[in-house]
Amino acid sequence: MQFGIISFLIGMLFSLGLGLSGMTDPQRVLGFLDFFGRWDPSLIFVMASAIPVYFLFWQSIRGKRRALWDPKLHVPTRRDIDKNLLVGSTIFGIGWGLVGICPGPGFAGVGAMSLTALVFIVCYFLGAYLEGLLGGN
Amino acid sequence: MEQSWIDAIFGGVIIGLAAGLLLMTYGRVLGISGISGRIIEFKRGETAWRVMFICGVMAGGFLSFKIWPDHFATLKGGSLNLIRVSIAGVIVGFGTRMGGGCTSGHGVCGIGRLSPRSIIATMIFIISGAITVAVIGR
Repeated sequence: MQFGIISFLIGMLFSLGLGLSGMTDPQRVLGFLDFFGRWDPSLIFVMASAIPVYFLFWQSIRGKRRALWDPKLHVPTRRDIDKNLLVGSTIFGIGWGLVGICPGPGFAGVGAMSLTALVFIVCYFLGAYLEGLLGGN
Repeated sequence: MEQSWIDAIFGGVIIGLAAGLLLMTYGRVLGISGISGRIIEFKRGETAWRVMFICGVMAGGFLSFKIWPDHFATLKGGSLNLIRVSIAGVIVGFGTRMGGGCTSGHGVCGIGRLSPRSIIATMIFIISGAITVAVIGR
């Protein structure tokens, strides 16, 4: 119960960050990806500020090996670079570059009652389902 | 400094803070593709929080739209071709599941933990996104 409420609130906070940052505007995202054209670098600052903040949390928590309300950290420990990582990320980038929407802003857009985002998210689930069928994981 | 840069910086801080809080409280990675895609695993104790999290993201999207309507102008305007959006959606769903993460999970949390997998993944999806924009156009 408490986990659900905290998750909801953190999800909302995250989404407010997306909304403020400009990540919810596909044109801005495509401008950021347009290295070889009229490049709009502004979204670099989203990652450049989010990563150090998260890094500080990670540094303060990793040694404890547990979370505040969970006895363990559910964090990936794999370090190998495998084919699925390389191919999957390449495929994701193609879809991202096609319209400038990634999953977070997609869900935020559904909340903002955007038909475009709703279509994206329905197809996103279909794609993930297909991967499950073909990839066998 | 341009307003869009300031928005990006503060938005990024909020994103990092939210991801850090999820790690601090329940030890989970804030990766949208991982959280949403694994709802259907129906793993005991892991489903409710994922559903609530995605509901929170949607609620936050609604609030964001009320506060910064111009940041949703493209999504709300209906100028994007829905066939292209559909194809992109399928590709993004397929790729993020295969690659084990998206912009949030790999790009923020993974890089924030200095994970070599996430650093590589993020470099790859930014480069492949840039090539796609260069080849197909905006």
